[in-house]
Amino acid sequence: MRKELNILIGGEAGQGLVTVGELLTKALIRSGYNVHVTQSYMSRIRGGHNTYSVRVGVNKVASPVSAIDILVALNKETVELHQHNVTSNGLILKDQNIGLKKEGLVNIPFKDLAPSSLFENVVGLGFLSALIGLDKSMPEGCIKSVFGQKKPDVVQKNIEVLNSAYTFAQGQKIDGFRLDKSREEPGLMLTGNDGVVLGAMAAGVGFCAYYPMTPSTGIPMSLNARGDELGIVVEQAEDEIAAINMAIGASYAGARSMVATSGGGFALMCEGISLAGMTETPVVVVVGQRPGPATGLPTRTEQGDLNLVLYAGHGEFPRAIFGPGNPEQCFDLTIKAFDLAERSQGPVFILTDQYLADSYRNIVPFDLSEIKEVARPHDQCSDPEKYERYALTDSGVSPRLVPTLGPYLVVLDSDEHYPDGHITEDLEIRTKMVDKRLKKQAVLDADIVPPEYFGPDKPEKLLVCWGSTLGPAMEAIQNADQQNVGLLHFSQVWPLNKEHFKDYFSSPEKVVFVESNAWGQFRTLIEREVRVENAFSILRYDGLPMDAGYILDRLDMLLQGRK
Amino acid sequence: MVSIDDFGKFETAWCPGCGNHSILKSVKKALVEMELSPHECIFVSGIGQAAKAPHYLKTNVFNGLHGRALPAATGIKLGNPGATVIVQSGDGCNYGEGGNHFLAAIRRNINLTLLVHDNQIYGLTKGQASPTTFMGHKTKAQPRGNPSGPFNPVAVAVAMQANFVARGFAGMMDHLSDLIVQAVRHPGFSLVDILQPCVTFNKVNTFTWYKERCYELKDHDPGNWSQAMELSREWGEKIPLGVMFRGNRPVFEEKLPHPTGEPLYYNIPSKEKIKKVVQSYA
Repeated sequence: MRKELNILIGGEAGQGLVTVGELLTKALIRSGYNVHVTQSYMSRIRGGHNTYSVRVGVNKVASPVSAIDILVALNKETVELHQHNVTSNGLILKDQNIGLKKEGLVNIPFKDLAPSSLFENVVGLGFLSALIGLDKSMPEGCIKSVFGQKKPDVVQKNIEVLNSAYTFAQGQKIDGFRLDKSREEPGLMLTGNDGVVLGAMAAGVGFCAYYPMTPSTGIPMSLNARGDELGIVVEQAEDEIAAINMAIGASYAGARSMVATSGGGFALMCEGISLAGMTETPVVVVVGQRPGPATGLPTRTEQGDLNLVLYAGHGEFPRAIFGPGNPEQCFDLTIKAFDLAERSQGPVFILTDQYLADSYRNIVPFDLSEIKEVARPHDQCSDPEKYERYALTDSGVSPRLVPTLGPYLVVLDSDEHYPDGHITEDLEIRTKMVDKRLKKQAVLDADIVPPEYFGPDKPEKLLVCWGSTLGPAMEAIQNADQQNVGLLHFSQVWPLNKEHFKDYFSSPEKVVFVESNAWGQFRTLIEREVRVENAFSILRYDGLPMDAGYILDRLDMLLQGRK
Repeated sequence: MVSIDDFGKFETAWCPGCGNHSILKSVKKALVEMELSPHECIFVSGIGQAAKAPHYLKTNVFNGLHGRALPAATGIKLGNPGATVIVQSGDGCNYGEGGNHFLAAIRRNINLTLLVHDNQIYGLTKGQASPTTFMGHKTKAQPRGNPSGPFNPVAVAVAMQANFVARGFAGMMDHLSDLIVQAVRHPGFSLVDILQPCVTFNKVNTFTWYKERCYELKDHDPGNWSQAMELSREWGEKIPLGVMFRGNRPVFEEKLPHPTGEPLYYNIPSKEKIKKVVQSYA
């Protein structure tokens, strides 16, 4: 019995490998296992080489691994590219039609088991389910929930194909890949993007504008799918500039507003971010990072846009930036982002990346009753004649009213303005307005999410990371158990409060920043706040996610004094 | 009863004799005629001399970025479909920096009104050619004459079958005010391109230049698209003013998930509904 398996399904775009992968993932979660999915795809609709890796475990799994236990090859290239990663007691399953003569390959007659190519992915599902010992009712249930909207005879046909593939696999008598029973309570199957979507819904999002861009497109698509049910307006804009301006307009009109994009699209939004800062309009901005500059590697992952988001928009205004480490944090921090955007009346950012955006995990269902009320604007004031949108207050925060819902007037201007919102070039007012806007920094400073520490009390080595690197770094410290390594993870990367972390840096012999970029952007940011002795970096910028093995190999090299 | 005085009196940043003054008066007159109270309207503008107009009107104002008035107005209208949303900005803002948004707004056909102060020149930046400046028009920035051909907003809007397309002139205030009323009342996206002199920077298209050429359309059926196309190309010795085209494409808001016209501000889905969605991910 296995405690853990890493299954990689590979093939061309258009062969349905994501469908098999998602069905299998759902079946595993419903069977009580832990999963961690990594999706790697090329920027094309047909052809190329795509993979869907499911790492499944009886215990928690939080990081990709390179060693493959079961390789499912839908084309020849998959075998050639990945066979060297298959473990010595691993297995390669391939479509019988792939003309490749080699020992140790198991053929699956996809064509014989499926009435048409449409059903081939269910053959894969049936075979794998039998191989790892899932109860047949599990994949069957997943087919019903995923294809349930289609005609009943489509569901029935799929189940028949599943049955024959399951029986065929049992007949092959392949042992050694059955998973041990797991006691995990079946939870939700969520990607980082799903976490953001559900968080936005729980926060009461009303409006989302976007221009399609990998890896964030899934966020507006999922919101739109529930638009009728929840009354969410999602608009595909003509470009990202329009998207951010629409979101700011909708927020002025009283809707909780957001945009979702990636680096290139976000670059177009920068003037709009500055508009949100100047007009003090709340907006939540999700940036799913991918490797740049320019179009870069459109479907791969990186943490290279921290600097961009930190400094985006001309002029000076406060902002907060979150870097969630997993789908749970995506959910929690998206709710927090909406609340903080309203309370500080400005832009709040969520930085994810392709790895996290597309990575399915099993998640303990959220307790919605625990969620605090998210701040809102108002539609009433005691003296409508005297209402001023930018009234000068001690906190810098002025009452925000929704226009047209009462007899008051709400005037907003991208030019410098009087407290009543009208344009001015009075330079004394200018100074007061700058001070007012910057005072709101205190709202953000009072509510910083401190970094989380994992590991021994007095670590000799400390890993420091942010955002999606949490899982891989966590596994790295667990696998380095003899080496006394700790981990400090930041899920909020701006603003920072050095009282939250300066003590962690004082005792370890080595402090190692782990980031998926080439400059060590977060390290630079931390070193601006505190002096870090013996600082090192483990960086990755080949477009692939960090994994525990990658981190530990480089940590060993550092410890041995090799570069 | 709503009166002109309800919309306030302000000192402006405009030159004496600027067409903006009379456009502002026409706007106020139209609002009074429609009996719209100041707090029921939202005026949206970008940047430029025309874009300052909403500041000289006692109403709700969103004075956003250069070229981006239409996207902001789109978000506002989708957030609050019941509000009367009027966009007011210049030729450079709407047809230059915001050209893509102009095309998208016509396609979307959201129920909002675009008033373009079209003086065929950049005023705020002191006299460069705008998208509607004639070819050959000499400016300090185009000393050899404007090398690019002009954009014809009315022809483009008619070609795309915008729901309401009209041309007005700042020198004919009552006529203009009537066009604005018709534009606001017509469902879907409405364009009123308003010709106006720039007394400081456009020495070619002066008040007299427009006055001599502009004529009011009579006996034109705005429902006749081919005729409207033909008219929209008439520009030079004679310039037609009035409603060029009226379309009846369905209004964007009808397909919204909140067709009642309720502001999104009031839409708070219950925890039960959210819970149902969350459970669908199990």
